[in-house]
Amino acid sequence: MAQLTKGKTGEWETVIGMEVHAQVIAESKLFSGASTKFGAEPNSQVSLVDAAMPGMLPVLNEHVVEQAIKTGLGINSQVNKHSVFARKNYFYPDLPQGYQISQFDQPIVGEGTIEIDLKDGTVKEIGITRMHLEQDAGKSLHDQHPTKSYVDLNRSGCALMEIVSEPDIRGPEEAAAYISKLRMILRYLGTCDGNMDEGSMRADVNISVRKPGAELGTRAEIKNVNSVKAVQQSIDFEVQRQIEILEGGGEIKQETRLWDPDKNETRSMRSKEEAHDYRYFPDPDLLPLELSDEQIERIRKTLPELPDEKKHRFMDEFGLSAYDASVLIAERPRADYYETVAKDRDAKLAANWVINELLGILNKNDQDIADSPISAENLGGMIGLISDNTISGKIAKDVFAEMYKSGKDAGSIVEEKGLKQVTDTGAIEAIVDEVLAENPDNVAAYKGGKDKLFGFFVGQVMKKSQGKANPAAVNELLKQKLS
Amino acid sequence: MSMDKETVRKVAGLARIQMDDAELETMAPQLSKIIDWIEQLAEVDTDNVEPLANVVNINLALREDKITDGDCADKVLANAPEDVQGFFVVSKVVE
Repeated sequence: MAQLTKGKTGEWETVIGMEVHAQVIAESKLFSGASTKFGAEPNSQVSLVDAAMPGMLPVLNEHVVEQAIKTGLGINSQVNKHSVFARKNYFYPDLPQGYQISQFDQPIVGEGTIEIDLKDGTVKEIGITRMHLEQDAGKSLHDQHPTKSYVDLNRSGCALMEIVSEPDIRGPEEAAAYISKLRMILRYLGTCDGNMDEGSMRADVNISVRKPGAELGTRAEIKNVNSVKAVQQSIDFEVQRQIEILEGGGEIKQETRLWDPDKNETRSMRSKEEAHDYRYFPDPDLLPLELSDEQIERIRKTLPELPDEKKHRFMDEFGLSAYDASVLIAERPRADYYETVAKDRDAKLAANWVINELLGILNKNDQDIADSPISAENLGGMIGLISDNTISGKIAKDVFAEMYKSGKDAGSIVEEKGLKQVTDTGAIEAIVDEVLAENPDNVAAYKGGKDKLFGFFVGQVMKKSQGKANPAAVNELLKQKLS
Repeated sequence: MSMDKETVRKVAGLARIQMDDAELETMAPQLSKIIDWIEQLAEVDTDNVEPLANVVNINLALREDKITDGDCADKVLANAPEDVQGFFVVSKVVE
């Protein structure tokens, strides 16, 4: 369902299309042999090709082409066997060539779709218009000197994939779900690390508003949107801004705006206006890129199980809810961890422990699943002990805390601390009798109709047994004795 | 096709070439003539002819994804009018 925003003149629908730039995971750049490693000394990873010295020629990176094919297949899109590199002409100090080598009318990947998961549990398809390969620009620092800018070309020439969506996105939640899903797919594929802090994934958001059912409105393009949160905030701001202008009788100007995360606002980038005439033409230094069916099929065979497939398998194979499954598949290492825990065990119980307990404590301590002191095998072992009634769910929480602290396996902790559950009915019966004898008033009250006291008796028995009595046996015995 | 003064002004602006009115007046008819001459190519019937990217039948050369270049900041910066601590230094470009 489209999310509508209420204005003074009624409701407005937000229409969003996104362009996501994702840096391709590769050792070297798109057209040169310089390193792509992040954080190196300025201009230390620049070849004379990247610096656009006269006479230098670009040579295409074969691995980047394969990464692009893999991505195209992963986002269910058409891989074009014939694509062409083109020059996009503009001047900026961090673009030494005076043009960016990109793809224009014949990109390597064409139309497709990805599915996004919304909070209400529904799934929506978002169309992909295209994906092309292009060079990244260098980086300018503006805060080092009052009247000068500093330029580092290390990023210049790194390979980017620009993934363009159809204007199918209808609000901040869908936009966030779209970029999160895209990031997840790229990380599963290993074609982009999705690290938005380091700029290896960046989004431009095209936003317009219209009355439901009306023609598309004029859009503004928001640049510099570098986190999922910024995507949502910039949309919220921009939608309000556009509605206020339209309801005040004004018109939206088609323009490029910059998101300012400190001030929480978008503002016009006037200088971009005139430069929008890019005069694309095929790059005479590069022949068209031809791919064969064999090459594409060979790469298709290397695709890992993708997030949506994994999600559906978890739901079918393990009987998990859509929500639990989507939490577990969010990161590939997390999904692998869960599968190890759940192997030959109670899969739903395993999901509860991984999601509620393990992810809970890891989040609290700002840790990743890779840093978990509890190995997947050990957590699985603990699930086994719960299932065969060696320990109760309650005792398991203590065992879990101890496992997190010491990294030991559940069996040895239970052994060392004597936490084995008492399932011997005789022993439990003795405790039950003791509790009933100590609380004659409550027994009388219970028999007089105060049903709620049942919980009190259970609590007392568990306390006396130091939590080790099997709760099912306790319930059973108490019911017998109190009837 | 004729190029008027305003079109020449725009193209010059995009190419970052400064031209005064007198130069624009001179250039407009000259550029128009050049374009007219090239436009003779439009007379050739190219229906059903695939665009030709090169005249010899070769494929685009690809290279292996190996680090074989870079680590030459001194060479890269050698012609820079100004540099500081490995950075190019240019006039402020931020808005």
